[in-house]
Amino acid sequence: MAQLSIQGLRKSYGRVEALKGIDLEVDAGEFCVFVGPSGCGKSTLLRSIAGLEEIDAGTIRIGDRVVNDLRPRDRNIAMVFQNYALYPFLTVFENIAFGLRARHRPDAEVRRKVHAAAELLGISDLLQRKPRQLSGGQRQRVAIGRAIVREADVFLFDEPLSNLDAQLRDGMRMEIKRLHQEIGKTMVYVTHDQIEAMTLADRIVLLNQGQIEQQGAPLDLFERPVSRFVAAFLGSPQMNFLPATVAGDAAGPAVRVEPGVVLPLAGARAPLPPAGTAVVLGIRPEHIGRAAGTPRPGQHPVDVAIDLVQPTGSRLYATFTLAGIPVTAELAAHDVQSPGERLTMWFDMTRAIVIEPESGRVIA
Amino acid sequence: MAVRFVVAALVTVLFLFPIYWLAIISFKTPDEIFAYPPVWWPEQIQFANYAVLFKDGDAVTVWNSLVIASISTVFAMVIGTMCAYSIARFRTGGNLFSDWLLSNRMIPPIVIVFPVFLLFVELGLVDSFVGLILLYTAFNLPYVVWMMRGYIQDIPLELEESALVDGCTRWQVFVRVVWPMARGGLFATAVFTFVFAWNEFIFALVLTRSEVTTFPVQVTHYFGGQSNFWAKIAAMSVLGTVPIFIAVTLLQRFLVRGISLGAVKG
Repeated sequence: MAQLSIQGLRKSYGRVEALKGIDLEVDAGEFCVFVGPSGCGKSTLLRSIAGLEEIDAGTIRIGDRVVNDLRPRDRNIAMVFQNYALYPFLTVFENIAFGLRARHRPDAEVRRKVHAAAELLGISDLLQRKPRQLSGGQRQRVAIGRAIVREADVFLFDEPLSNLDAQLRDGMRMEIKRLHQEIGKTMVYVTHDQIEAMTLADRIVLLNQGQIEQQGAPLDLFERPVSRFVAAFLGSPQMNFLPATVAGDAAGPAVRVEPGVVLPLAGARAPLPPAGTAVVLGIRPEHIGRAAGTPRPGQHPVDVAIDLVQPTGSRLYATFTLAGIPVTAELAAHDVQSPGERLTMWFDMTRAIVIEPESGRVIA
Repeated sequence: MAVRFVVAALVTVLFLFPIYWLAIISFKTPDEIFAYPPVWWPEQIQFANYAVLFKDGDAVTVWNSLVIASISTVFAMVIGTMCAYSIARFRTGGNLFSDWLLSNRMIPPIVIVFPVFLLFVELGLVDSFVGLILLYTAFNLPYVVWMMRGYIQDIPLELEESALVDGCTRWQVFVRVVWPMARGGLFATAVFTFVFAWNEFIFALVLTRSEVTTFPVQVTHYFGGQSNFWAKIAAMSVLGTVPIFIAVTLLQRFLVRGISLGAVKG
């Protein structure tokens, strides 16, 4: 088990800068997830840690060793690839044993470790098969098995679940989390799926265009995004973004989203820019609810007409128009019967964020 | 169905007849060879035509061919595959290098026979095993590089990266992952390389005298000014076909796959 420390990491492909100076500390035993849209540099970052990409500048430390100039084999890492990367000409046993054999470990040790890993992953009865005789989920288990027998310092996962179908993915996600709890190794995991990131991570590193946009505990990023990009990336359905202007009044800071609709901001906040400044108001669907009983402090009523209803069974997504923008609210399953209904929504203004439109930074 | 069968049978006969005719001549007596109407099946299968080849020492030319073709094939495969790996994975020589390599194959051999002969005289390689082995290796390299580059590009890069992370050196990756993954293509390419060296005539004719005569050259010795020794020609040709026949039979399943693989990937 070792900590991973990256300073000033840069990497370009020709003129394209893939990584523009990454600084990152992953604690020993931590589960760290790199997440971001495709092309954000998350896979390049992972491959740089593995030594599969040469870096242009910066330092990568695993434990107390600087590994910049070490070959992948000397970094004591293990990696699981998106397409499993199993050797079709070897049995499952030999696939899992491959790394040990490459390091010339004694046969008894190889057998003991392979069987232990197979036991842990529930694939003991598949050891004599060839990869082509396995299902996608089984192949992924073998790939993970090949990584864990290595007893590496750091485990790297490159979108390991994206080739699996949705149901299998949920199952494997749980198993990977359980595996991390059992073996307690430092893990770095790349995904473009924000649900995977939220559910697995101790720490999320959200990348955008080769830079770290924000990092921290999943709920930290979710509840206190530093930018519109982070706020939009995490959460499903996506956060609603409404064009607004600052409208200070006697009661305190507020924003006007359309004539006659002024929403007072609640909760402790940084001071807003002067009244009349254009801003963007961000509010998540789950923070808009149907009015009922007495409002909690910070909940502000808005009358709307429902345009679209999407029931998911347990919940219901209702869309209405505000400030010319479709806004989605997450409601209880039976809150709305049909489109066209007029009703009052409560906006939980303690949870709303205010964004500076040009920079996309969250300012309050 | 019946029509298909008949057509297939006719085509098969058409292709197999020359082989049958060659083989059957080698078992005939001189009288039977020149008999008219032709003798389809000799009265008695006799091996005198073969015996004479071994007695005169002519059969050793098959052995010469075998040695030269085998060793040059092994050289060309080992060197060519490494070169192909380098081109496929590290883009050695840029975009044009492999095209240039292949263009070497387009030179008509007859054009360079004379310069090569002079070179060999200078180097003392005329009429030697080493000379022909080097020459055939050089001739086959472009083909091997071109074919193997295609097969290697077909191997998912992650397999190699995974092996690198798991503790392999580049060399171990090459031996433990690339060779087994490209095995089908490797065998197919090797067979074609071998056949080329086996059949090569012009250089073998010009560059050998008596020490390392190869079997295609030996066959031509039986065409005389006065008469042709058909019995010897047939027997020698059968001897020369047997190694190829065995090789192709053993490697058939790789060959079919290898050829179709090469067809879609250039």
